[in-house]
This record gives sequence, structure tokens and C-alpha cells, in this order.
Amino acid sequence: MGLTLTWLSVIILIPLAGLFLKSFELSLDQFWGILTSRRTLNALKISFGLAFAAATVNLVMGMIIVWALVRYRFAGRRIFDAIVDIPFALPTAVAGVALTSLFAEKGWLGAPLAELGIKVAFTPLGIFVAMIFIGIPFVVRTVQPVLIDLDAEIEEAAASLGANRWHTVAKVILPSLIPAMLTGFALAFARAVGEYGSVIFIAGNLPNVSEIAPLLIVIRLSEFRYADATAIAVVMLVASFVIIFVINRLQRWAQTRIPAH
Amino acid sequence: MNLPQISMSTAREDLRTEPRIIRVVIIAIAATFLTVFVVLPLVVVFAQAFSKGVAAYFSALSEPEALSAIRLTLVVAAISVSLNLVFGVVAAWAIAKFEFRGKTFLITLIDLPFSVSPVISGLVFVLLFGAQGFWGTWLQANDVHILFAVPGIALATIFVTFPFVARALIPLMQEQGTQEEEAAISLGASGLQAFFRVTLPNIKWGVLYGVLLCNARAMGEFGAVSVVSGHIRGETNTMPLLVEILYNEYQFVASFAIASLLAMLALITLVAKTILERHLDEGQLPSD
Repeated sequence: MGLTLTWLSVIILIPLAGLFLKSFELSLDQFWGILTSRRTLNALKISFGLAFAAATVNLVMGMIIVWALVRYRFAGRRIFDAIVDIPFALPTAVAGVALTSLFAEKGWLGAPLAELGIKVAFTPLGIFVAMIFIGIPFVVRTVQPVLIDLDAEIEEAAASLGANRWHTVAKVILPSLIPAMLTGFALAFARAVGEYGSVIFIAGNLPNVSEIAPLLIVIRLSEFRYADATAIAVVMLVASFVIIFVINRLQRWAQTRIPAH
Repeated sequence: MNLPQISMSTAREDLRTEPRIIRVVIIAIAATFLTVFVVLPLVVVFAQAFSKGVAAYFSALSEPEALSAIRLTLVVAAISVSLNLVFGVVAAWAIAKFEFRGKTFLITLIDLPFSVSPVISGLVFVLLFGAQGFWGTWLQANDVHILFAVPGIALATIFVTFPFVARALIPLMQEQGTQEEEAAISLGASGLQAFFRVTLPNIKWGVLYGVLLCNARAMGEFGAVSVVSGHIRGETNTMPLLVEILYNEYQFVASFAIASLLAMLALITLVAKTILERHLDEGQLPSD
């Protein structure tokens, strides 16, 4: 037990404490100055804004995918079920170069899109695409077990009491999935906000336009502007804590809504 | 798992599904989305890697730089997986079998690396060991190299892969409870004997599952390692870092050749994971 705590402190606690200590070396004015500089604000806006949009897409597409996987039988269902995890398993750098070459102007998808006048690679749209990619598994994997365990009889009761299918889905099934859906959304959002590897290749990395916050941290580090890097990192870390807290709350909410079995 | 629903009564079935047209549309959307966003990127990796033929592919992989990156990746993965295996098992054991104050905090701490940006995971070690860092001056004075060297890469990798083993084991061990251990101890086994003869055999599939995912992430980690590595060619480049460097130098065949090895690792991991999940579903968990 003591060993566990020691190891955890050495590996996780001390490094994180170091980050906060470093940020205390800054005066509040300095800290504020770094955060409200145009480039930092834009990077944070891009990371958080696009992550929110991508997580929303993941929520909608995740529900469609999970519904197909759980409720329907079709050819290749098991394979599709397995490949949902690929964005988890594929190293982010590999995902980054693959998505870039796919969506580049001469790429398999980039070329037809370019004819439509849509440029994906090296624009904010590319960041959005990469964030969608890495967020796919979260909503599917959090909702899937809940949907599988859902009691069939409630649905049948609703239907036999005269509810049409749309009402049954919207008023009976969806409400019991909401905690899991929100958890999946929050996880996808947290992952997309901090994502680095799969985004930087496709992003174009133009300051104020397509530069994500984690990349700005790396740039500041390479310029030896440690204070700047630390200030941005502290903001993102606090955001992570808030998201973890929200997820824990959501999970507790889910447990009180669905009786444990 | 849900049993296939044999149509005992079609009328009952109809109550729980949608009109055929809606079913087809939903399946089509799901399949198209997964194909575009997941299958195509995977296919493109191999297409690019072999775009100049098989010979070019293998000659790219046998470059000294590629070999040294592969070697470093294996070494770092071996170090971080074995350390996280030991401490993951101990942490899960402490959390699942004992009650103590601050347990929730401990669980949050274990989960933390999952939700922190990999760049920040690297940054914290730069702040500790870098030239301007807390211990930087001492390290320099004593000629100890952590940053831009193998120890730093290993530390960052351990940090980001810490949760996997513990996360895989905690629910499993909680479900199993402490009865079997108590029985073993009341029959005269020592604590260690009870652990090795009773606890460990019960969780072996879970351990394997955690190690598998831990290893995949350890070999593939990019953000955290990129910050602490210093990108010294032939020395501190892991495979994912080499993918980046070669890509930025427009050596696409070489870059995608390395990437294809990592993609194969991901695919093998997924297959093994599916097999292990079946074992975990069957043998390990008592049916609830």
C-alpha cells in the first residue's frame, strides 16, 4: 500500500505539483498577460471550440453507430463493432499522417472534395476531421453496454399502450441513455481538447488560424519560454480536472437512475 | 451478452424495431461513416507504404535509423510495461480489497493521465529535469542525463500508460471480493501465498488485457515522448517520432513503412483484445 502511494506520487503527483509550482513563479499579471495574448486566446479558442463541435458530431454519429450495432443484424456487424476501437489503438502520429494524406489535395478524399471547393487538409476543417476521428469510440463504448442491458419489456409496454415507435424511442429509450451519452460526449471532448499527434499533421499550424493549444505549448517550450508553456498547460489541466469531476458526477447520476443489478 | 432473438413471435419483435427503410438508412450511415473515418485511413497507410513496391518498403525498414527507432521503442515499452504491470496490480489490489481514506482521490489520480493532454504529460518532466527545471542544475552538475535521453522517454511513457493495468483490474477484483483470500488465509496461507496462489490466478486474463493495452500505448505514444525526446537522430527517436521526421522530410515511403508497422501492432492488439474479452466474459466474471 505504501509502495503504491509512493509510486503514484513519484510518477504522477510530483510532476503535476511541479507544474503548479512553476506557475506560482509567475505573478498574476504575468499569468493573465500570457493567457490573454492574442495567439494564446486564439489557440485555446480553436482547441476548445473545435473539440466541442467534434464531440457533438461524435455524439450524433456515435448514437447512430451504437443503435445499428446493438439493435440490428447485418453483414459485417462484428467487424464494424471491432473497428470502432481503431482510433484508440492506432498511434496518433500514424493517424495524423494517414488522415493528412487522405484529405490532402491529391488524396483519395481530398481530390473529390477539392473539386467541390472544399479544402480540408491544412485548414481548421482538418483539425475538426482529426478530432472526430479520435473521438469515435467514446460515445459508442459508453452507450453500448447500457443499450444492451435495457429492459425489453419497458419498450413493449410502451408500444402496447399505444405509443408509436418514435415516441417509444424518444420518451422511453433515450432518457435512460442520457447519462451514458453525456459521459461519452465529455470523454470525447476531453480527448479532443488535449489531442496533439493526430491533429498537427493535418492542421497547417498557422498561428491564430489553425494552431491548437497543445502545439503552442510545444512551440513555447522550444523557444525556452517555459512560463508561457506552463501558463497554457495549467489552464488546460484545470479544464481536465473539471471534465473528470463532471464525468464522475454523471456516472453517479447514471447509477441512481438505473437500478444496480 | 444479448442472445440472438429467435422470432418466437414476430408481433412482439415488431414492437422493438423500426420500419425496414429506417433500419437500412441507419446501417448505411453507420457503415459509411466508419468506412470513411476508420477503414480508409488504415488502408491509406499500407497503400502509401507499398506505393514504390515491396523492395522499397523493406529497404526503408532496414535503414539504420529505422532499426534504431524500432530498438528504442521496444526497450522503452519493455521498461514501462513491466513497471506499470507490477504497480498496476498492486494499486488495483489496494483499491479493490481494502477500505482506506482517500480512496476516491487515489482512483482519480490513477485516471488522470487519460484525460491530460500528452503534451502536458511531457511538459511536466521538462519542468522537473530540464536545464531551467527544479532539478536541472543538480543533474547537470552531476552529469546525469534524463531529458533528451532514454530515461526521460521512459518516464513520460510510464506516466501516460499508468492507468491501463490498474483500470483493467479494479472492477474485476472488486467483483471477486475477498472471500477466497480470506478462506486461503484462514486455512493457513500467508498473505503473499494468498496473493500468488489465489488472487493472481483469478485475474490472469485481466492482467493480460491491461498489459496488452498498456503496451500498445507505450509503443505508439507520440505527444509526451515528442516533448522530452529532443529528436536526436539514431539516438532518441522512437518509431512514432521517426514517422513524423520522415514525413516532414517528404520521405513518404519510409514514413509510412514505419507507420505500417505501428498500424499492424494496433490491428494485432485489437484482435488479441477481442479474444481476451471473450475469455473475460466467460470465465472470470461470475454471472450477475
